[in-house]
Amino acid sequence: MSGLVLNGVTKQFGTFTAVENVQLSVPHGTFVCMLGPSGCGKTTLLRMIAGLDDPTGGSILLDGEDITKVPTHKRNLGMVFQSLALFPHLSVGENIAYPLRIRGKGREDQKKRVDELLALIHLPGYGDRPVSKLSGGQRQRVAIARALALSPKLFLLDEPLSALDAKLREAMQVELRQLQQKLGITTIVVTHDQREAMTMADTVVVMNGGHIRQAASPIEIYRKPADTFVADFIGSTNLIETTADSSGAATIFGHSVPGLLLPAGLQKATISVRPEDVHLTAPGNGAINGTVTFVRDLGGTIETFVEAGGKQIVAVSTPRARPEVTAGQQVGIVLAPDVCVVLKQ
Amino acid sequence: MKREAPQSIADYGPLFFPAGMLLVFFVVPFGTMIVVSFFQRQQGGFYTPAFVFSNYERFLSVFFGGVLGFSLMLAVTVAICCVVLALPFTYLLSKLPRRLQVIWLVALLSVLSLSEVIIGFAWSTLFSRTAGITNILVQLGLMKQAVALSPSFGAVLTGMVYQALPYTVLVLYPALVRLDPTLMEAARTLGSSPVRAFFNVLVPALRNTIMATLIMVFIFALGSYLLPQILGRPQHWTLSVLITDQAIYQSNMPFAAAMAVFLVLVTLGLVALTLLIGRKGEKA
Repeated sequence: MSGLVLNGVTKQFGTFTAVENVQLSVPHGTFVCMLGPSGCGKTTLLRMIAGLDDPTGGSILLDGEDITKVPTHKRNLGMVFQSLALFPHLSVGENIAYPLRIRGKGREDQKKRVDELLALIHLPGYGDRPVSKLSGGQRQRVAIARALALSPKLFLLDEPLSALDAKLREAMQVELRQLQQKLGITTIVVTHDQREAMTMADTVVVMNGGHIRQAASPIEIYRKPADTFVADFIGSTNLIETTADSSGAATIFGHSVPGLLLPAGLQKATISVRPEDVHLTAPGNGAINGTVTFVRDLGGTIETFVEAGGKQIVAVSTPRARPEVTAGQQVGIVLAPDVCVVLKQ
Repeated sequence: MKREAPQSIADYGPLFFPAGMLLVFFVVPFGTMIVVSFFQRQQGGFYTPAFVFSNYERFLSVFFGGVLGFSLMLAVTVAICCVVLALPFTYLLSKLPRRLQVIWLVALLSVLSLSEVIIGFAWSTLFSRTAGITNILVQLGLMKQAVALSPSFGAVLTGMVYQALPYTVLVLYPALVRLDPTLMEAARTLGSSPVRAFFNVLVPALRNTIMATLIMVFIFALGSYLLPQILGRPQHWTLSVLITDQAIYQSNMPFAAAMAVFLVLVTLGLVALTLLIGRKGEKA
């Protein structure tokens, strides 16, 4: 198939396994974000795709061709490093032209392509400036332009925006996504910022402990997390223990939840309910009873902490939608069956 | 943070010690040498205070000019050989695991503990016909019979490069360890083979360090006077050898001083020229 395929890719450093048996296929033109806490193996996986680290097992295929043993400089890819790695002895234009010069392109072709790329990154006329005279965001763009100079098959970015301040980062996320859509290039970004991943990606790959925990669209990752790690790592959530009788009907804190069924054979499971899906009503009427312990009114949203069955449940809504609640008040918690996601153990 | 300018004499206190050391151990001896270089030599005796240029005039001959030229050429060659050998070596060293790096550095430091005399005689043995390395080549069948490689220019060069190489590595090492490793990786992702990336990324990025190292080794090699005598023929003797000869064996202090002053001036001129060219290249 066209695109990138990782087949059982494994990387061991001595006795430590950084990446274990990763299976992933990235169709051509997709924007993938690899998301996970530090040390989860996401950067190692990206470096193996780039050829900067050799996998200890498995294979990497690009457009059907096995590139596992192909050295980095023959892989036809562009990479943006966390440090950006702009060459300090070259000007902006020379940095962008570097890959063209290596391939022996003529001076005229180099200049034409550099001007094209400078226009693409909204820095026209910056070609002769030294790299040291640029701001953080401008350097970022130059690094991107340099990586794209040869129109590579694969565009890899390792925590590309982490050095920028929050406002600029948000703007660059949008810009990067628009650029990728314009060029239709297969892109893989490593990040630990879930907002970044949700903003840019077609597919979010959540990693932990060297494994892929879930690979799906951002909204599916959020709505249907596969396991407790993904549910907890992406956004905030309420993880609630449930039990089921022989028919599968589930009970939460001793209250049966009509319509919620656990998969056959499961007696106990953890379910995830997003705070905005927790509804509070008056106690009784089959609702789960709880006591409000704290109300955090943030203006735009209001978070209500409710203690029920010895656990703390968080409910979020807009202040307009929430009837006045105060700490110490008795409330009823209503969970619709379709918002309860049963997680893998 | 902006510091306040020193107000009183006491504020300059910390400078007194280094200034005193410099005065006693550099300015006074060097000044004495300059003064002596203008003195009149007494035949068979010592010298008398005077102000004559005869010592400098004597130096301006084809013979001494040739020796000066050879000394500078030898020092430049040693500097270039050292940097060319040490740069790839130190780069590969900086990529090794920490523990291996330490072992290598300790080994290099132990070479520094050898005296010039020991290095000279060790190499003269290695280059000899009877016990030298050519015997190994004969054993391997690569040569018909053992030959003497010393005395020769190659032997002098080898000995001096051997002596200066540890210094070169130790000067280059911190710069290479500090160099952002992603620069080389970025070059590889942009289509440059590791060898090409070494020449078109690492070398230009370390230009100033390389320049400083060249100057350091050049000056170090310029002062060498034992190795050329042990491993070379008289035509491979450097100006330092002649200065020693004049000062100690011919008892001609004024002439020795004149040669030393001249050597210092030429060296300073060359270093200044190098820095000037380096600065111009940076602007371009």
